[in-house]
Amino acid sequence: MKLKQLEAQLGYLAQFQSPKVELEQYPTGPHIASRMLFMAESTFGDIRGKLVADLGCGCGTLGVAASLLDAGYVSGFDVDDEALELAQQNSLELETVLDLVQCDILSLPSRGLKFDTVVMNPPFGTRRKGADMEFLSAALKVAENAVYSLHKTSTREHIKRKALRDYGAQTAEVLCELRFDLRALYKFHKRQEVDIAVDLWRFSPLRL
Amino acid sequence: MRLLTHNMLSCNRKGVSNGFPLGIEASKLEVKEVDFNSDFLRHIYPKIEWKAFVDAAKSLGLNDLPEHVDDSMLEDDDFLHSFHHALLEVHLEEGALICPETGRRFPVNRGIPNMLLNEDEV
Ligand SMILES: C[S@@+](CC[C@H](N)C(=O)[O-])C[C@H]1O[C@@H](n2cnc3c(N)ncnc32)[C@H](O)[C@@H]1O
Repeated sequence: MKLKQLEAQLGYLAQFQSPKVELEQYPTGPHIASRMLFMAESTFGDIRGKLVADLGCGCGTLGVAASLLDAGYVSGFDVDDEALELAQQNSLELETVLDLVQCDILSLPSRGLKFDTVVMNPPFGTRRKGADMEFLSAALKVAENAVYSLHKTSTREHIKRKALRDYGAQTAEVLCELRFDLRALYKFHKRQEVDIAVDLWRFSPLRL
Repeated sequence: MRLLTHNMLSCNRKGVSNGFPLGIEASKLEVKEVDFNSDFLRHIYPKIEWKAFVDAAKSLGLNDLPEHVDDSMLEDDDFLHSFHHALLEVHLEEGALICPETGRRFPVNRGIPNMLLNEDEV
């Protein structure tokens, strides 16, 4: 599938109707989501035929995108049942299969089976400080080959240090810088505060 | 959820030392075909806890998987097709997952297991 096709398909997905601000529920738009997954596959071969997890899957955009790029199996984890319902509908809509699990990322109910690849757009940690880092730490525990994640550009150095020093990443690389539009969620904010710079990261876990 | 998902889930409630494998109570199953991909099956096979998988399959009425496997079976087409079907095509839609140690039930509704723990369980 071409990048343009992928972006167009993701444009059909339904997005959060009443986003829960405390969970930082803003969708990953088709533009960013398609580039993220397309790069993961075309540059690194991390999607096709792989076991992929979407942590904090929300309406399921990243998981569905992985599935459209022929992941062998995709599961999505989120704490919120309304988000998961939407993810379910979205995956059916695009004729993909996502296995969804309701849980808290802080205590993943996993026996230790590792995914090849984790893709995620975690909370930026603007509502609950440190939420972004908790997601990153969890992701690096369950990924065998790669973690793709979005984080605020303003936290770049911090992310890099924590990933390499504390969370067992072997490499931490910013693939590109993107602009993230949060207007849909934070309607009450002023314009200049809602368009923020975000890094697309690729981390590789230490192989034991 | 499918049996591949079951094979990775465990109960990590406070005080539980081994919450794997979860028991299954099934009240509704669905079968949805997916493309057969033997490379993926060979890729996933070493990650699967086989006994837990076979037992889970039996509790869903799928009885044609061998109790013991060895790598040579990954060349056998019949075996691969049974493996594919049980792992990727059968969905538990309604029912529950049950902690092997405490009997704690995790409901499965519309295919989604709810693994959330209460405050006093973490
Ligand atoms: C920025 S959104 C991700 C959006 C998603 N990628 C999409 O395109 O719809 C963050 C998601 O993380 C979920 N979330 C927040 N805290 C969580 C936690 N502790 N455990 C699991 N999920 C959580 C939220 O419900 C939300 O769906």
